[in-house]
Amino acid sequence: MTPIQTGPESGTTPPLRPARPAPESVQPNWAGALRQELFASRTDGLVSVLLIMVILAAALGLLRWALAQAQWAVIQANTSLFAIGRYPVQQQWRLWLLVVLVAALSGVSWGLLRAFPRADRSGEIWPFNDRLVVALLGFLAAWLPAALALGLPLQLRWWVITALLVTMRWLAGHWGRSLPSRLVKLVPLSWPLLYLFGMVLIAGGLGLPRVPPSEWGGLLLTLLMASFAILLSFPIGVVVALGRRSSLPLLRWSSVLYIEFIRGAPLITLLFLGQNILGYMLPGGWAPDRVWRAAWVLTFFCGAYLAEAVRAGLSAVPPGQLEAARSLGLSMPLALQRVVLPQALRIALPAAVGQFISLLQDTTLLSLIGLLDLLGTARTVMANPEFLGKNAEVYLTLAVLFWCCCAALGLGSRALERRLDPTHSPV
Amino acid sequence: MSTTLERIPWWRDRRVVPWIVQAVVGLALLLVITLLVGNLVRNLTAAGLLLSWRWLGQPASFDVAESLIPFDASMPYWRALLVGLVNSLRVILVGLVGATLLGTAMGMASFSGNGLLRRLARVYVEVIRNIPLLLQLLFWYFVVFLALPNGTAAFQLPGIVLSKSGLYLAWFAQGLSWLGPELVNGVWQAPLRLSVEFTALLTGLITYTGAFVAEVVRGGIASVPKGQWEAATSLGLHWSASMRSVVLPQALRVIVPGLNSQYISLAKNSSLAVAVGYVDLYSVSETTLNQTGRALEVFLLLLGSYLIIDLLISAVMNGANQLVQIRER
Repeated sequence: MTPIQTGPESGTTPPLRPARPAPESVQPNWAGALRQELFASRTDGLVSVLLIMVILAAALGLLRWALAQAQWAVIQANTSLFAIGRYPVQQQWRLWLLVVLVAALSGVSWGLLRAFPRADRSGEIWPFNDRLVVALLGFLAAWLPAALALGLPLQLRWWVITALLVTMRWLAGHWGRSLPSRLVKLVPLSWPLLYLFGMVLIAGGLGLPRVPPSEWGGLLLTLLMASFAILLSFPIGVVVALGRRSSLPLLRWSSVLYIEFIRGAPLITLLFLGQNILGYMLPGGWAPDRVWRAAWVLTFFCGAYLAEAVRAGLSAVPPGQLEAARSLGLSMPLALQRVVLPQALRIALPAAVGQFISLLQDTTLLSLIGLLDLLGTARTVMANPEFLGKNAEVYLTLAVLFWCCCAALGLGSRALERRLDPTHSPV
Repeated sequence: MSTTLERIPWWRDRRVVPWIVQAVVGLALLLVITLLVGNLVRNLTAAGLLLSWRWLGQPASFDVAESLIPFDASMPYWRALLVGLVNSLRVILVGLVGATLLGTAMGMASFSGNGLLRRLARVYVEVIRNIPLLLQLLFWYFVVFLALPNGTAAFQLPGIVLSKSGLYLAWFAQGLSWLGPELVNGVWQAPLRLSVEFTALLTGLITYTGAFVAEVVRGGIASVPKGQWEAATSLGLHWSASMRSVVLPQALRVIVPGLNSQYISLAKNSSLAVAVGYVDLYSVSETTLNQTGRALEVFLLLLGSYLIIDLLISAVMNGANQLVQIRER
């Protein structure tokens, strides 16, 4: 009788390969953590050393170039061109006024957000992130105007504007709760009003002398185009998304046709359409200025992509929601507005913000049709014999600027997502 | 007791309302379209530019810097447009392959055990996605490629030479003899020369689309249950083996549909070639418009070409999708 071998030493098969040492569950010392992250095995170690060498070389090279070789005078000499293009000097106070208003309103809104926290928040008036942002703003206000070699009066203005923003933030954060609630409810409404007022300030009208769009430029034009297209494309996107999911064939097919037409063509061919053909399609005298034509093309372009994002949000809402709302006696528009859309838009938010980020990037294409947006201005600056060949400095600056704008939008979207998350909101 | 049925008013009748809505929307659309097209026809007739394709046969009288098919200025416009289309297709095809390779590598790297590699993959994606493609293309062309040294100072690897005048690759020449790049009178010669515009455009498109592909690949790999990793590892497979033969095949089911839209956007983004001086379809179309003034025809040709390219990519990707999905009996 063969003995049935039992026991720990005979029943286990030998491991196919030497077992890795059990990972220490807690790595309190950074050296151990570093070792596990970077030097877990021999190949890992080799790869890490190689990567560290490459990164160090690249960083050193970039630093040496930026500090020693690069000539940043091309940026310093053209700050106003990059910022606002050829906006007439006598009218620039309007832009300053707009910046002051935006800073003040941002400060108030920011402070009120902290003064009236949602249930998920600790309710601190100065959370750590906010202190960090204020420190960053202070640093930027101190460093950026100096680095751009602005004159002292201009530097002073930026300091005052930053101080205004922080002061409003402080005041609203501390005294926001004691304000009458009717006044507080006006704050979200004041943003669209400020936008319209800003348009008037920039373009003229209401007694202000007109500044034609051909004189807007630089960052001003880029931000204006992007914000215009984002704001107007939103209703287009929602309506077209609803149309695409409608049971009425005419609505569905016209929406599909619009979306597929826009999404099938590269943006530059649509801008081409706007510049070269739109003029023929409208009755004489109706055709808007070149800048506005491009703005409308961007709007309809973004609308089609937004419609797809909203459609994904709509299809994520269970059909029972609409049925429940309808059976409660809500009419179709009311059911959509009160029940379906709030849920769908919340789901569509990340995709929509992604779309807005790519729209902000797509405004650079305006330079290809001869408009003087940020990139277009940069290209005219580099065509100037005085600054010939300063491509690296200019493109790198623009890249940093765009990166910061897009990353900030992404961060804001994530914060908004958290704030709208129903699992965190008060019951 | 009166049991008269309450009549539903017509504005709340389910049989009537949809038709009214459609009639209103249809009428509005019809009105807008009639207005636009009517104006277009009237204005184009007045300008003598109404739809006609005869100009396609006239000599183009402009030259194209690089072309795969023979072309000179005496050839007709359709030939020039064809050259542009072929150039576009060339950059799209090579770009698709390159972006897929780079994106897959980067997407896989974001699951590496090596912390540095993982973070580097994230940094790559975050940096590239937040900078406009046009800016990146200009950067590659003007800052990187046009600053390259020429002649003997050019970057040289066995079989590859990268200089300001282009990328030179070894290739088969005259029969089956392998021929590398060589310097003849200070000018590089090679059987395969890619112009610097093409190389810059390709580099920009590949790095840009690669970041988006990396995100798709990352999402696909993340969708594979963690147990699959653990099972593969406990079977004794290495990281690379479990990735290659366990995780990636399952991830492909999520990745392939996501790649479709990235590929289409690469095809559309290739039209930015005009910014770096590569002669693609859009660039030829722009020149054609400037010479003939035929805006509508040129636009329709552009639209049709990109639509066909998009549809082709979608068709291929749908086929690929059917290959990777689970086959149920």
